[in-house]
Amino acid sequence: MTDTDRAFFEQEITGLLDRLYGTALRLAKNRADAEDLVAETVTRAWANLHTLHDRHCFRGWLFRILTNTFLSECRKTETTSLEALAEAHGETDEEPAFSLFDRLHQPFLLWWGNPEQEFLNKVLQQDLQKAVDALPEVFRVPVILADLQGLSYQEIAAALGVPLGTVRSRLNRARSLLQKALWQHAQEAGLPPSPTADESLFHASQTGEHHERH
Amino acid sequence: MSDIKEIGCEAALRHLFEYLDRELDATRHAEMEQHLRACRACFSRAEFEKRLKGRLGALGQQPAPPEFGQRIKGLLRQF
Repeated sequence: MTDTDRAFFEQEITGLLDRLYGTALRLAKNRADAEDLVAETVTRAWANLHTLHDRHCFRGWLFRILTNTFLSECRKTETTSLEALAEAHGETDEEPAFSLFDRLHQPFLLWWGNPEQEFLNKVLQQDLQKAVDALPEVFRVPVILADLQGLSYQEIAAALGVPLGTVRSRLNRARSLLQKALWQHAQEAGLPPSPTADESLFHASQTGEHHERH
Repeated sequence: MSDIKEIGCEAALRHLFEYLDRELDATRHAEMEQHLRACRACFSRAEFEKRLKGRLGALGQQPAPPEFGQRIKGLLRQF
């Protein structure tokens, strides 16, 4: 390895460290494992740098190593493959995607102002984090790479070693599951009010009684 | 850009996430933008999904702790 290689590698790793760490933290779900995961990724990347022919692809390649390192750690403790998991979670399901927007954008809620904006204003980062963490691995990984790290579908396909079509279908399913979980959370938190509660508020507002928004 | 066609809500919603992920080619992207300028319902949906995606994106922005940065610097020095 030349000094140019070393300088290139150091610069890239330093520039991407926060994103590597952020991704690792959501993959591993705890700080100690996330730090070990990044350190192992950096070590493996340096050892294999000579295999990377186009250095413009460094970011996708590095995240591939990160993802593979994470998945191989998972496989040490799990006997099922990611593909089997995908099958088990109905990756090929034809069921229509769940839309949080459609649930929030119901006529009975519209008097409430702008329920979907209200939801976005009130949902907490920790609620979003819980919803992402609760996704099955096979859908959690692509959503982390796409929505949390902004990787392209091509980069995700390379990272996971799957075709582009699979990235699209897994992302669609992941977003559907995520939105369903957020809707359930919103209902539990009374955000927005349930139709029953809302109806009573609606009637109250018509009879001139004043109610605070929750 | 003369190939831009008018698209309906169904097509717009089918490609909404690819649009937000910037995965559509230039023509399809322009078709989406044209539709979103004309359709209030799809525009509202797109704004919601964009903001939700933005909120999710913030989860990935966890700066590495300084001591961990030092650990990686130490590691790089060993190579």
